[in-house]
Amino acid sequence: MSHHTPQHVPQHESHHVPYNPLPVKRPLWTPGVLVMLVFMAAGAVAVVFRFSGGIGAVSNLTTARPWGLWVGVDVATGVALAAGGFTTAALAHILGRHHYEPVIRPALLTAMLGYTFVVLGLLVDIGRSWAIWKPLVYWNTNSVLFEVAMCVMVYLHVLYIEFLPVVIEQFQGRVSLPGLLTSLNRPVEFFLDLADKMLSKTMWVFIIAGVVLSCMHQSSLGSLMLIAPTKLHPLWYTPILPLLFLTSAIAVGYPMVIVEATLVSSSLDTDNEMTVLAPLSRITISLLSFYLLLKVGDLLLRGSWVYLFDGTFQTNAFIVELGLGVITPLLMLLSAQRRQSRRYLFIAAALIVGGVILNRINVFIIGYTPPVTPDHYAPALGELLITFGLIATLMFVYRVLVTYLPVLSQSREEIPS
Amino acid sequence: MQLKRRSFFKLAAVGAATAISTPRSALAWQSKAPADAFGCLMDISRCIGCRKCEQACNAVNELPLPVRPFDDLSVFDEKRRPDATKFTVVNRYHSGRVDDDKGLPVADFVKIQCMHCQDPACVSACITGAMSKKSNGAVHYDADKCIGCRYCMVACPFEIPAYEYHNPLTPKVMKCTLCETLLSEQNKPPACATICPTEAITFGKRSTLLKLAKKRLHDNPGRYVDHVYGEKEVGGTSWLYLSNVPFAKLGFLKLPLKPLPRLPETLQHSLFSYLWSPALLFTLLGGVMYRNHKQQTLQHPEQPGDVS
Repeated sequence: MSHHTPQHVPQHESHHVPYNPLPVKRPLWTPGVLVMLVFMAAGAVAVVFRFSGGIGAVSNLTTARPWGLWVGVDVATGVALAAGGFTTAALAHILGRHHYEPVIRPALLTAMLGYTFVVLGLLVDIGRSWAIWKPLVYWNTNSVLFEVAMCVMVYLHVLYIEFLPVVIEQFQGRVSLPGLLTSLNRPVEFFLDLADKMLSKTMWVFIIAGVVLSCMHQSSLGSLMLIAPTKLHPLWYTPILPLLFLTSAIAVGYPMVIVEATLVSSSLDTDNEMTVLAPLSRITISLLSFYLLLKVGDLLLRGSWVYLFDGTFQTNAFIVELGLGVITPLLMLLSAQRRQSRRYLFIAAALIVGGVILNRINVFIIGYTPPVTPDHYAPALGELLITFGLIATLMFVYRVLVTYLPVLSQSREEIPS
Repeated sequence: MQLKRRSFFKLAAVGAATAISTPRSALAWQSKAPADAFGCLMDISRCIGCRKCEQACNAVNELPLPVRPFDDLSVFDEKRRPDATKFTVVNRYHSGRVDDDKGLPVADFVKIQCMHCQDPACVSACITGAMSKKSNGAVHYDADKCIGCRYCMVACPFEIPAYEYHNPLTPKVMKCTLCETLLSEQNKPPACATICPTEAITFGKRSTLLKLAKKRLHDNPGRYVDHVYGEKEVGGTSWLYLSNVPFAKLGFLKLPLKPLPRLPETLQHSLFSYLWSPALLFTLLGGVMYRNHKQQTLQHPEQPGDVS
């Protein structure tokens, strides 16, 4: 079997890793994958309870606490951590740094799966899952959530379109469906050819649209809480919340790529992309510094820094978010020499990712204070099982797709010609 | 990927035109409060805690009967909140007020229900417009549009909308309706106002009620705290309260006087009216992409940059 000639060898920086995405040739059913299946099964059981007994049967959500783990993690954090998709696309395609192309496909796949699972998480969280299409018909343009929903919906489709070339590359000219479906081989082949032709001319529209849509809803996710000034703790409630959400999403994009690439290359023994990851971390320094500047400036200008010393759980969560999730990794990344260490880079990037996760959890869960009924919300077992089940399913689908599609770069392997 | 010069400029032109034709700044935020809204004035000094309003509300809205009957006054031992089975509750407070004759502590009773805000946060937040503010003053919930996102509950500063958390497929947001159907079909006041034996609840036009409240404050010096709760809170509410005890001692929240939708709506509309900012960003990014693409094609004429 001859493999397609790699189409993505960078033209002008040939001294770097040759970019050669291939399906991963490793057994799928590893112990790690089996652990994922256990989480998926447990999550599925909780989903059955959710759709037979209602949200109340599996969650600790109340009148005072209408949004919990599912909105804070599955939706808000999921969207933030999928930012690698649009930030790498902007870098390589729009700014023309083709050197970064090896990380584009994995980042794109993560974004595509991330948004797919945001929607799946929403289907569990909203009370009338079957009515999820209604915002398409009934518009409330005053609603921040309406804008978020529209952007997420369109962007999800943009991501599927952006990913289509990967599928085309794998199957074009080689479609052979099993059994009765063989008669469909030629129509599918025709469709792939057609899509290939159309996409090669129009892909730039989708790439730019993806960046624009991301900027819109990443920021608007922050605007969601602006309607509730009496409920969100003053350490987080600020009119610039949308700007903070946007800048933190942009700053977490490359660290997320680093974390993911390191995990994938060490567990699947694929190409270790340090020549791409180290420079990505250098860009992260300025992006993260800008976010830190906004965050600190906001604390000082609004005078909300006075809360920093009151020792409450919320304040401590804020200090950990900023100290361990922003300042520490920023200082770590400053050393150019250490940035070359894979392990060191991974830790710094993981701290940044953790900081953004904690920020979203803080804004939607920990910093959310019902003014009348002070509650001590902690997610119920059912909520946790569904969230972990969704994450496990995402990882499993990722693993399956990289097994059958050319996503991960593999220069170590011999390239069949 | 081929970035065709012609197609790029076509799109860029559309984007730029959209950006320019947009008004410089979106119109300043304007209140959508109905001018002629109905409402209720509750005079806390008149309430005796008989719970007749709770009972009438339960009956007219066909809600499930509570475990403890409405004449059971032991429910006052704890503070209750409206929920998916009760749209209004009365709570008892001991503010430290003492009876003049007997020297015994005196209780005050506060009825809680949806305040029917003039510029409701829930209405602004609702993704589909399932929540709406009617010209008659009622904040109306339309279950047919609802998707169950519960953003209205996040937005409500009074923590009022409740949810049927145990209905797996068709849960509804549950809250006081201001007995809208009674009002529109039979021209009758809400059941709670009709039943009240001490006339603690007065139904009428909000503007009239405000005048009445001010008159009571003026005519009875020393009887009331000089504040009509709901006149200005979060931009004004259709339910108004007079009290002889400071509101803070009766569980009333201190709230901003600005309507809550103002900030997010101003932000959304100034950023996204006519989609001017996305169009502008699209044009800018397209320009950058085109320039980089052209430079690279010039450097490597034999191999057009591939971006698919």
